Amino acid sequence: MSAPDLTRFGASPAPIGIAIAPGVLLEALRHVRDAHGYRYYVLATAIERETGFEIVHAVRRHDPEDTLFVRVHVGKDAPEVDSAAFVYAGAEWHEREIFDLFGVRFRGHPDPRRILMPDEYPGHPLRKDFAMDTPWGYRP
Amino acid sequence: MADGSLPVVGQPMPADGRGRLDDLAEEVVRFPGGGIALVRSDVLFHWAQKSSLWPLTFGLACCAIEMMATFAGRFDADRFGVILRPTPRQADVLVIAGTVTIKMAPRIRTLYDQMAQPKWVISMGSCANSGDHYRNVYSVVPGVDHVIPVDIYVAGCPPTPEALLEGVFALQRKIMEAGRVGA
Repeated sequence: MSAPDLTRFGASPAPIGIAIAPGVLLEALRHVRDAHGYRYYVLATAIERETGFEIVHAVRRHDPEDTLFVRVHVGKDAPEVDSAAFVYAGAEWHEREIFDLFGVRFRGHPDPRRILMPDEYPGHPLRKDFAMDTPWGYRP
Repeated sequence: MADGSLPVVGQPMPADGRGRLDDLAEEVVRFPGGGIALVRSDVLFHWAQKSSLWPLTFGLACCAIEMMATFAGRFDADRFGVILRPTPRQADVLVIAGTVTIKMAPRIRTLYDQMAQPKWVISMGSCANSGDHYRNVYSVVPGVDHVIPVDIYVAGCPPTPEALLEGVFALQRKIMEAGRVGA
């Protein structure tokens, strides 16, 4: 077994982003995982756009070393998207956080609860229409 | 007292309130020549209370690092009778060291309710005092005094160990004052 080539660290190519239709998200994730070696789940995040929410799954491979952003767009009303938790186990808590803060629901998620805010918290605080003066609990 | 005797009436109270027997000086009546001294019992109890403040081992954020330093060897809060206790049942001081989130607030209330009377609360640092720069964050309580009553506010972000000790001294003075007015 040869020594690892340390010169490659920090020299990753710019990450690639691909936009996927919501209907084929899980198929696409399975494909990049099995056929292209993106076996490492980095994170999921969400962006609120004017027309809806963009869910971004970041997955990574090490040979060759790069990161892939798989993006899927969902509408603003009752946003719902397939859960990636059974493709990448690491996605479970990230999707709970997105649900908690953005209110996007994940179809087929094994544990679709809030993860950071109290269960009875009103609303989803990272949405742009969330009012900061929401009267709740310990506000003066 | 250097000779081991109890103090006599009228000795000046030290300005920083840090003395042990000296705090009792104004209250103690000593019989000349005898081994008998008189003091009001509530004053004596308050003197005992302020001399063995036992905080709960409970930290919330970066202030907890300074609090741990305060209780460790270098600053050695043990010199003033301050010893950490691992359970609220044995503690009589709750140091709120850090940002209070709305999720932590009910837990803080529970810990406070579990402590036996008499009990005191030191709010340590800007976050616990007012929420500071997290004041308008969706997850933060703007000051722990929305949850439990606070006796002493220690300013700083985070306060130094010296500042927290000064807060402890202020609490000791407050306890002795309560003894003086018979509260």
